[in-house]
Amino acid sequence: MTRRYEIRLSGSGGQGLIIAGIILAEAAGIHDGKYVCQTQSYGPEARGGASKAEVVISDEEIDYPKAIKPDLLLAMNQSSCDTFFFDLKPTGALVVDSTFVKQLPTSRAVAIPFTQMARTELNKEMAANIIALGALARLTGIVSLGSLEAAVLNRVPRGTEELNRKALQLGIEAAKRYLADRSDISRGEESELGE
Amino acid sequence: MKPAVLTGEHFITGDVACAEGALAAGCRFFAGYPITPATEIAEHMAHRLPGVGGTYIQMEDEIASMAAILGASCAGVKSMTATSGPGFSLMMENLGLGVCTETPCVLVNVQRAGPSTGLPTLAAQGDVMQARWGSHGHYEIIALAPASPQELFYLTISAFNLSERYRVPVLVLTDEIVGHLSERVVIPEPSAIKTVERPRAKGRKDRFKPFQAGPNGVAPMAIAGEGYGIHVTGLTHDERGYPVMSAEAQVSMVDRLVGKIRNNLKDIIQTESYRLEDAEYAIVSYGVSARSSLAAVDEARDLGIKAGLLRLITVWPFPEETIRALADQVKGFVTVEMNLGQIHLEVERCAGGKAPAYLVGHPGGTVIPPERIIETLMNAKKSA
Repeated sequence: MTRRYEIRLSGSGGQGLIIAGIILAEAAGIHDGKYVCQTQSYGPEARGGASKAEVVISDEEIDYPKAIKPDLLLAMNQSSCDTFFFDLKPTGALVVDSTFVKQLPTSRAVAIPFTQMARTELNKEMAANIIALGALARLTGIVSLGSLEAAVLNRVPRGTEELNRKALQLGIEAAKRYLADRSDISRGEESELGE
Repeated sequence: MKPAVLTGEHFITGDVACAEGALAAGCRFFAGYPITPATEIAEHMAHRLPGVGGTYIQMEDEIASMAAILGASCAGVKSMTATSGPGFSLMMENLGLGVCTETPCVLVNVQRAGPSTGLPTLAAQGDVMQARWGSHGHYEIIALAPASPQELFYLTISAFNLSERYRVPVLVLTDEIVGHLSERVVIPEPSAIKTVERPRAKGRKDRFKPFQAGPNGVAPMAIAGEGYGIHVTGLTHDERGYPVMSAEAQVSMVDRLVGKIRNNLKDIIQTESYRLEDAEYAIVSYGVSARSSLAAVDEARDLGIKAGLLRLITVWPFPEETIRALADQVKGFVTVEMNLGQIHLEVERCAGGKAPAYLVGHPGGTVIPPERIIETLMNAKKSA
């Protein structure tokens, strides 16, 4: 891992991006013991409107708390993808929810239908954010899967543990499939996203 | 039931850390009105106070909130409110009442961008001069500016301690970024947390003068209900607390209100320096902007610019002497703040023409990126 790793989770209000940011930060900060800063920005609306959460993970104390050039961007809708793609580091990873993001700005984007999966496999659209977290962790290795699961279970409402564990697993499996497909066609550069 | 001091390592937002700091300092009364981005402080206090024998009241507005915490403090309970820009404006009148009646309390302002309703969910540091001069009349106030959730925890405790020691409302001037920032916060054992209690009235209850100053300029305080016959008013008053409508009484009262702060600057003012020893350019910043500045110092040094940072922990009273001393050393000052020049004016005043003062300002909505500071430093060096 580089010294400072910046993640931006973006989409619209109600998609659970801020809680996803908090979970990711807790996984890295509490369970993996890294330095972590988690910030958020959202509009005055309760739902809809642009929403984003940022997580900066580092091996040393963090001064500037926001993402400057994200290493990893999750876009859960088209407008956040369009808005934030150009902030991404040239070597950064873009992961999109292909349920809503139809126009990909780069062929290197990882497109996984998080919301569609949540609807059909879990009958619970709200779990799309947790599926996405599972995928992000598997794709980048930025947090350990064990830490992520512990952080998820610590944050979700009682009685939904099984659902969320399943959601996490769905994301991890989807990422595995993506990585496997990619190494079939290309040069086995599996670490490209993880750096 | 959770204890008042949540000893341990936590991953929490600045707002929650602020509430925990208040509880650790002994705050047992919170009155407030919800407002983004300060609501989480009220929410957390509402959740925690009943469990530690305290009281939470949601008031009808911010005017009443400020009045309620003054009343609680007069009754001997450490009290606090938390708000943001629009609510801060409404609290100004009763803040002055707190100054005039010398009622200890803590007012937290999680700043968002104004004027008016502005950007409710986005950060700014535009209320710094309002914190200094927002209530009418001439007075001194103490304001602290934390740069992280951990510091927000500690400075909320300091705010209570200063407020109790000097019998003055103390402001915690934080901002949306620090308030909503989640970071590691370590809460020590209760025995490691120093708390201060206001000087208390002693002696005969019929002869007590509630506004007769002790050695550091602060008068011992009688608590309502203890049996001291006292009069407390926002009118200009004498040592007995009775209104006196004369220039002499005004001079004596205001001199003491101002003096108890100005004569104790060494005890009150806290700053932090980073690489200032050999600095040719001093960045002056506070709150979240100081974190951008910290990043900029190292980057500037890599580019061959000898920069250092003076981080203001106490914003008011302003560390005039520190700036004056630096003015003899540096080739320029760069003030970094999320407004269009408030502390900048103070820096310029104290630099006294000995070194030019530059501003990296922004009206709010986004944190100032380190690049902008570097750019200003490079231009300053070029024109030197």
